[in-house]
Amino acid sequence: MRNTILEARNISKYFYDPVRIKVLQDITFTIEKGEFVSVIGKSGCGKSTLLYILSTMDTDFEGELLIDNVSMVKKKEEELAAVRNEKIGFVFQFHYLLHEFTVLQNVMLPALKLNKYPEKEIEKRALEKLQMLGIGQLANKESYKISGGEKQRVAIARALINDPHIIMCDEPTGNLDKKNSTTVLDIFMRLTKEFNQTLLVVTHDNSFAAATDRIIEIEDGRIIRQ
Amino acid sequence: MNFKLLLSIANSLLIARLRQSMVAAVGVTFGIAMFIAMQSFMTGLNKLLDGLVINRTPHVRLYNEIKPNPRQPVNEYESYKGSYNFIRSLKPSNVRLAIYNNGNIMQALKMDKRVLGFTPRITAQVFFNNGVIDINGVINGIDAGRESRLFHFTDYVVAGKVEDMKNISNSIILGKALAETMLINIGDVVQITTVDGERYPLKVVGFFQSGIRDIDMIQSYTTIATTQKILGKPGNYITDIEIKLKDLNKAPAIAKEFAKSYHTDAEDIQTANAQYETGSNVRLVISYSVAFTLLLVAGFGIYNILNMMIYEKMDSIAILKATGFSGNDVKRIFLTISLSIGFVGGMLGLLFGFLLSMGINHIPFETAALPTVKTYPVNYNPAFYIIGILFSLLTTYLAGLLPARKAGRVDPVIIIRGK
Ligand SMILES: Nc1ncnc2c1ncn2[C@@H]1O[C@H](COP(=O)(O)OP(=O)(O)OP(=O)(O)O)[C@@H](O)[C@H]1O
Ligand SMILES: [Mg+2]
Repeated sequence: MRNTILEARNISKYFYDPVRIKVLQDITFTIEKGEFVSVIGKSGCGKSTLLYILSTMDTDFEGELLIDNVSMVKKKEEELAAVRNEKIGFVFQFHYLLHEFTVLQNVMLPALKLNKYPEKEIEKRALEKLQMLGIGQLANKESYKISGGEKQRVAIARALINDPHIIMCDEPTGNLDKKNSTTVLDIFMRLTKEFNQTLLVVTHDNSFAAATDRIIEIEDGRIIRQ
Repeated sequence: MNFKLLLSIANSLLIARLRQSMVAAVGVTFGIAMFIAMQSFMTGLNKLLDGLVINRTPHVRLYNEIKPNPRQPVNEYESYKGSYNFIRSLKPSNVRLAIYNNGNIMQALKMDKRVLGFTPRITAQVFFNNGVIDINGVINGIDAGRESRLFHFTDYVVAGKVEDMKNISNSIILGKALAETMLINIGDVVQITTVDGERYPLKVVGFFQSGIRDIDMIQSYTTIATTQKILGKPGNYITDIEIKLKDLNKAPAIAKEFAKSYHTDAEDIQTANAQYETGSNVRLVISYSVAFTLLLVAGFGIYNILNMMIYEKMDSIAILKATGFSGNDVKRIFLTISLSIGFVGGMLGLLFGFLLSMGINHIPFETAALPTVKTYPVNYNPAFYIIGILFSLLTTYLAGLLPARKAGRVDPVIIIRGK
């Protein structure tokens, strides 16, 4: 039985600044549970734009978006926030940790918002995630006092905390050196293999993409290969 | 979003900007402290001044005014009934100053539920003979017991005993200023002359000081019986009935009613003392506007700090939104920050305001006009403290509203893309 996590139907997107340009055109694809999908394409072809739409943060587009077979079009801002909280994990090129909190608190934050487990339980789970990513010893460090590669792994732990249906990443290794990139790729591989985690990763790194299950290639706003 | 999470996020953002937050809170503290101190002091002063006049003024006074008879023959004449009649050179006629039928009036007042109490009085113009000079004055024949109960008469007798007025026949209590002018001491005998030319010796048994020199210069008090004797009037002669009501605000209406049903003139306290009310209101307005100005400044401070904080924390806001916090959650976080500043600042303001008013309360304030007052008056009304904290919360809420809404509307895509 196929288990569709995410489905894009004829998604088109325009920018109006300075003139009307079609950035995305008729993007249609599905992602099944457990797939590790990478999105590649030249700079400026619309990868990030697509990811922002798929992540429900950008609602200004044409077409249909279904997450968990539920349409995201016409949902209210508050409801979309809840979907992001529960079903989607994020990793960005820049790690975006909250400097006011420790590493552990950063990881716990989305789970505290979800409020599904008691705080003690959340703390335990956050520690587990950190340990799984090999940075358990950093748990109580302030989040701005760790290295870039470590920050990226903390961001991955945070993306994992609510056991999301899908994790979306925009160039997660774009800012890292070769060694750290490999570490992150290894982590992703383990997540799909061991935990059947669904992943959608935008990347410039062709060797990274080659390691994934499926590559979606975009050119001038259209999918040319998937 | 659960409240604990909201607080912890707000708290950590606050701590990241602790110095500015503290400056903002100090602004609120200052505003509220000034508000409390000024309110306490101003209303303390108001109460004192009210006490000076309003406590001693009857709410309604029944008397007969010297004025022309409103019923003139020409108006009664059939042929001129419907026309305007101009009458020139009209003089007041032979008015009876006495309140006619006062026994029945007092009986009726006793039954009246709205009346707290009343006391009869006789006022009479006299001259105090001091050597070769005659000094103009007024003798009030009073019922000392009732007068004390209703109008705090005893409080203002600064020397001698009120009881002596009753116990020693033909005795008088003089206004202190008057006594000083005439160089009279307690136990001396003062000669008075009535308007009709009768001379009468009275023994001085006390001094009276109201705090208002104009009053202390002419007024004197004796019993009703003595006054009647001096004036050569019968035992039922009364010129005034002073009434204290249960509700002061009803005085104007009740005065009108009494004037009609008792066929006398009636003056209410509001008409008699309009200027004091105005003074009280002006003082209140001043203290509110000072507090308002200070809080406005504090509000701008908070507005600035929140704007700065939001500008600096754009990334954090974006990530919060990306990970599932809604615009409303973010808005609430920043409102909480603002309200916390308001609450802490406000509470400290209450404390400092209290200390400040205690300080004012200890500053010596001695004046001959106010014998019972030794320090500046302060009114410790809990209502000011409640208003104060509500004020601080309201200001900070309003100051935080715009920045918080701005934060709630931050578009995470723009921030994340901008990196
Ligand atoms: N807010 C905007 N207004 C107008 N045009 C925009 C806006 N944001 C992006 N674009 C344009 O849309 C196109 C797609 O941008 P996008 O960021 O999706 O590219 P990308 O594929 O992620 O590129 P890169 O690999 O460099 O990150 C680009 O040509 C960009 O100039
Ligand atoms: Mg991009």
